[in-house]
Amino acid sequence: MAEINVSVNGRAYTRDVEPRTLLVHFLRDAIGLTGTHVGCDTSQCGACTVLLDGRGVKSCTVLAVQANGAQVTTIEGLETNGALHPLQAAFREAHGLQCGFCTPGMIMSSVDLLSHNPHPTEGEIRHALEGNLCRCTGYHNIVKAVQIAANTMAAGGSAVAAD
Amino acid sequence: MATTAQPGASLMGASVRRKEDPRFITGTGRYTDDLKLAGQTYAAFVRSPHANATINAIDASAALAIPGVHAVLTGEDMKKAGVNPIPPGWLHPGIKIAEYRALAVGRVAHVGNAVAVVIADSPTIARDAADAVVVDYTDHPAVADAVSALKPGAPLVHADAPGNVVFTWQLGDAAATDAAIAGAKTVVKQHLVNQRLIANAMEPRASLASYDPAADELTLYVTSQNPHVHRLIMGAFVLGIPEHKFRVIAPDVGGGFGSKIFIYPEECVVAWASKVVGRPVKWTATRSEAYLTDAHGRDHDTDVEMAFDANGKIVALRVKTVANLGAYLTLFAPAVPTYLYGTLLSGQYNIPAIHVDVTAAYTHTTPVDAYRGAGRPEATYVLERTLDVAARQLGIDPAELRRRNLIAPDAFPFQTAVALQYDSGNYEPALDKALAMVDYKGFRAQQAAARAKGKLLGIGLSSYIEACGLAPSHIVGSLGAQAGLYESGVVRIHPTGKVTVLTGSHSHGQGHETTFAQIVASELGCTIDDVEIVHGDTGRVPFGMGTYGSRSGAVGGAAIFNSLQKVKEKGRKIAAHLLEAAPEDVDFAGGNYFVKGSPSRAKGFGEVALAAYLAHNIPADMEPGLEATTFFNPGNFVFPFGTHIAAVEVDSETGQVTVQRYVAVDDFGNVINPMIVDGQLHGGIAQGTAQALWEGAQYDSNGQLLTGSLMNYAIPKAEFLPNFETDRTVTPSPVNPLGVKGAGEAGTIASTAAVANAVIDALSPFGITHLDMPLTPAKIWSAIQGAKGGN
Amino acid sequence: MYPASFEYHPAASVQDALALLAKYGDEPKLLAGGHSLIPVMKLRFASPAHLIDIGRIPALSAITDGGSAVHIGATARHASVVSSPVVRQKVPLLAEVASHIGDPLIRNMGTIGGSLAHADPAADLPAAMLALGATLVATGPAGTRTIAADDFFTDVFTTALHPGEMLTEIRVPARGAGSGGAYEKNPDPASGYAIVGIAAQVQVSGGTITAARVGMTGLGPKAMRLAAVEGALTGKPATAATVAAAAAHAADGLVFVDDARGSAAYKGNLARVHTRRALARALAAATA
Repeated sequence: MAEINVSVNGRAYTRDVEPRTLLVHFLRDAIGLTGTHVGCDTSQCGACTVLLDGRGVKSCTVLAVQANGAQVTTIEGLETNGALHPLQAAFREAHGLQCGFCTPGMIMSSVDLLSHNPHPTEGEIRHALEGNLCRCTGYHNIVKAVQIAANTMAAGGSAVAAD
Repeated sequence: MATTAQPGASLMGASVRRKEDPRFITGTGRYTDDLKLAGQTYAAFVRSPHANATINAIDASAALAIPGVHAVLTGEDMKKAGVNPIPPGWLHPGIKIAEYRALAVGRVAHVGNAVAVVIADSPTIARDAADAVVVDYTDHPAVADAVSALKPGAPLVHADAPGNVVFTWQLGDAAATDAAIAGAKTVVKQHLVNQRLIANAMEPRASLASYDPAADELTLYVTSQNPHVHRLIMGAFVLGIPEHKFRVIAPDVGGGFGSKIFIYPEECVVAWASKVVGRPVKWTATRSEAYLTDAHGRDHDTDVEMAFDANGKIVALRVKTVANLGAYLTLFAPAVPTYLYGTLLSGQYNIPAIHVDVTAAYTHTTPVDAYRGAGRPEATYVLERTLDVAARQLGIDPAELRRRNLIAPDAFPFQTAVALQYDSGNYEPALDKALAMVDYKGFRAQQAAARAKGKLLGIGLSSYIEACGLAPSHIVGSLGAQAGLYESGVVRIHPTGKVTVLTGSHSHGQGHETTFAQIVASELGCTIDDVEIVHGDTGRVPFGMGTYGSRSGAVGGAAIFNSLQKVKEKGRKIAAHLLEAAPEDVDFAGGNYFVKGSPSRAKGFGEVALAAYLAHNIPADMEPGLEATTFFNPGNFVFPFGTHIAAVEVDSETGQVTVQRYVAVDDFGNVINPMIVDGQLHGGIAQGTAQALWEGAQYDSNGQLLTGSLMNYAIPKAEFLPNFETDRTVTPSPVNPLGVKGAGEAGTIASTAAVANAVIDALSPFGITHLDMPLTPAKIWSAIQGAKGGN
Repeated sequence: MYPASFEYHPAASVQDALALLAKYGDEPKLLAGGHSLIPVMKLRFASPAHLIDIGRIPALSAITDGGSAVHIGATARHASVVSSPVVRQKVPLLAEVASHIGDPLIRNMGTIGGSLAHADPAADLPAAMLALGATLVATGPAGTRTIAADDFFTDVFTTALHPGEMLTEIRVPARGAGSGGAYEKNPDPASGYAIVGIAAQVQVSGGTITAARVGMTGLGPKAMRLAAVEGALTGKPATAATVAAAAAHAADGLVFVDDARGSAAYKGNLARVHTRRALARALAAATA
């Protein structure tokens, strides 16, 4: 076992983990944050996407020990003071989700995208989401959601009240 | 764009934002694998690496020696305990049903066939231990493709299915078809392969079972599209547990596309094992397991003959199909290549004579069953691909050839030559609208100009019809279904006027919590937030047949609608009583009962609800309470239709296809929530396009799955697809009170042929008339070279 | 989905990592970003008994301007390479190639050294190393040595690194005026790996191609240079005709097999088409 200290959504956790524990299993099983999903075993679907020190990563392909000392943000940590992140609001507004399983990863990946490209074109959005698979939406409304969120954020909106 | 609900206004036809989204966008959805019960253990399966093998011995000693392992259980253990094989849910005369045991006994028939299960304290220990189970096999030759399986001398999948024939099935008038073909001006012949697909719902299958000895009750959480069907079949046929001692809960389900209809070995094992080990047992599939064990779809090999008169009118259609059903029969497998396929072979067209002949084969592969569309995409592909081949051969424009053969709008109800009676339809307006949206004439001009510069553009049409709202119990019963296909809907009005709806439909992405709430809010004049939709729990919902076959709106929604009418009617009597008026003088609108002509004499729906429960002052002959149940069993299927058009560009140097535009005009009858219907369509188009261009399960001759992961089975990424352009015509269905049809599968049914036709159209300058899917760059390039007289 | 058990050893320094490598003999694997290793461990295709984490070694991920070459630490992440101003300015081809690796999430975690040491025959970076004439720096018990990219990739998943050695730095010669590069990739639609990837870097002076290096990945057991193409470019006028004639040699001497990705003829064609396209863009960049 190895002891790790990880900050998840701003809260510090100290846990003993088997070195083989994947970050996604640490999040889901050790600290009970089940919003991050596992959709594949070949690092492709992106359902497990979280932010590791601010960058989007596939938490199924990161060992929990690699996150020792790091800051992790999951879908559960996106709201601020009870207000939805613009991407969360936009995914609902644009019907960018159906079964909801890929959604947390899709949103986290989009957060990463907009953090370094605040005004992506449709093509850039589609390209940036190549590591996140959705089987329900055909991506049409996901792309729209990211565009809406980009506009909201450009207009200075940081968060949207949940209704 | 979504709209926000206004109380009082009718919400039918409004793009209301989804009620279920807040939990999904915040990570608080609850999927089966998210659940954790006290004392929970974990299952891992030992699976066959061989497609056809005898099991000589299973040595679990090393696995059992690993600390944290509770049990290693085998098929013999299950059989000894009295667990039965998993039965199919649809029978044909003469069908050969192979014994399908949750854990194999004596032999395995496909790679991934479960042989043993390990139950352990953690998933890692379970996996380690499963790897430590040693199984001694004798490997035998295998057969993976159905055409080979039916040849004399092919390896036998099951000793009691000679020649690997599961059943043969025919529909239509063979003699009339033969005669019409013999007398036809032109007969177009085409061989078509509709390749095997793998559904790949993003949430892998999972199950969690817990046995409570105090109540002698088993609870199973499972990724199911139809929890009551799970309870019925697992309880009554496999495990021998009566319904009142068996609760099945399907919490949030992360997509299904058919693959979560069926009763799978793993959930039977988990349910049984939880009682054996006396602890809750959870199993969650890896994606690799999903590829090997989720039921696959399609896999037809078909010869088509389409006969025409001198005017380009179809006079007959003869279809001969070999369907690969894999190693075992799962729930709907016998129905998919027969009643969901052969009956659709008239499409939108007036075809006087049709005959279809299907032979279903066992092979040493993963079972094949319903995948989004289930039979109807195969039928549409047969018709629409062949029509394009014919158009080329006859020298008639593909759009014009379709138009000439459409069933006339005044011909409904229309009896096809393959059993179905279409109740309604008006096909030409959808065709015209789609052609206008894509600017068909303009595209043809652009295409000609591009060709002159060596650029390959193509356009493809698919005018489809589908029969969905899978329901009429008397019809499906007469055709071999072992269950009815009605749906239940309970509307429970609480004393405050708030509403709980219990539905047997089960959303796994379709948004029922929203659309069903829209029906309620529109009928009762409340807001959707006043309505709670309960689904996916046999402990709360009286009964249900679940969600597949685009049936939830047309059958489940209609059941709720009818219950709402019953509730409103009872409310009217109470209101009349309170208002001292005759019931026939009381109207209901905007959430108020009022006396006709004097709207100030009114009682709000909430007041009436309270009165119903107080029962201090209700009609003397009336029971208290305000609740109604409906089991809705419509008289027919519903028949959505439309025309989809794809425009593509093919890179002649690499064979790469780019989908430039995709236009869809559909008729789903009345639409409850256009935003959700468009979403269903988008996803369906993506999956159908994927069959045309990228997806295809491949086995080698030993029955090894070569496309067993997302590394080698290409489901579409965002970049592969364009935005979709959608529009509708509206021809309400007469068979349900909502006038709705199904929209869940149409995109998949239509799009495969549209995209394939577009690619072949692009390649037509080379004289290429057909290629089998998926239309990969390698295949396209080789075909171009072949046409050029090169390689 | 659950790797087999192993012991985890975070290394504080290169010396520390080398000592751990020496201590555990043949059993250990180096973990940098983990994006080549963890996937195979999850499927249990690899089950190393010891993992030495070099991802925490300070300075091993630095990207610095070494004047005539850009120096990239082995644990620099792909995303850092893509966005590095010095890389983009001095070896833009490397940034372009790195931008094609996996997807943005993988690029945020995967490292240049990890990818190169893994030597996947369909990986993108090896083609860039060959086209750019990079030098790979290996550090072992006996000290540091340099390996030319041409000599680094020896076979399928095999490199010239010795047991007990680790890749510590990649040195990429800086490009100046008259030099242009381009990468043309045909990705597998499922995995995203290159069915073929052609990285080309050409030097043009006075309308003549004075030097050319073309690296190919995806179609062989390892990334390799297309010598016949390079030979047909050098000393020739920087024209489309030269490019077309040279690209026709892209499959010379290569043996392809028919498989699920296409016929041998198709693969040869892809090599030629993508070579032509890469060269055309590289020339345009060189003469821009």
